[in-house]
Amino acid sequence: MFLAGETVRVKDQWPEATGPVHIRTPWYVRGLEGEVVRCLGEFSNPEDLAFARPAEKRPLYHVRFLKGAIWSEAKPDDELLIEIFGHWLEPVGQERP
Amino acid sequence: MDKETKRAHHDLGGVSKFMCEPVDIEPHGLTAFDREVDALRQMLAAKKLMTVDELRRGIEAIPEAEYHRLSYYRRWIRSIADNLMVHGVITETELRAELEGS
Repeated sequence: MFLAGETVRVKDQWPEATGPVHIRTPWYVRGLEGEVVRCLGEFSNPEDLAFARPAEKRPLYHVRFLKGAIWSEAKPDDELLIEIFGHWLEPVGQERP
Repeated sequence: MDKETKRAHHDLGGVSKFMCEPVDIEPHGLTAFDREVDALRQMLAAKKLMTVDELRRGIEAIPEAEYHRLSYYRRWIRSIADNLMVHGVITETELRAELEGS
């Protein structure tokens, strides 16, 4: 579990390269650092639901990113707030996989 | 941006090629076909034959050229047909016979 205010990194993983998958983590935030704003609750993992497999509940977070880190035309204070499942996040400072 | 080359073709958010194209913000009315596809999706969900997550997975599996050519609800019906065959509700033979017979 992550706490509000914690800095996290979105895993720089590309499972779509190796086979059929369904993932809800957009390409443009992978590998980027953001700040956890809040936990939105636990939801069945859509990566399994999409294949009609039994799906564990996973925590979903609002994560805030500085837009300038993603797109060059952003204004200085622009932010991006999106929902990301906990299993796509890693604490900053940990070894990258 | 080298990350952009690794994205799946349906993962369109912030793709640079769309920065030079105007966004179509005109309202689009639903056709009878669109409504029928949506009704079918709702019925399949109510009967627990297909979830929206499976619908999305099926849409994402449409090959890139076809994905961009098909309308929103045509993508849905492609995915619905795919899901019904995966679950054995209909067979490919039945689907072909129905499409060729009508």
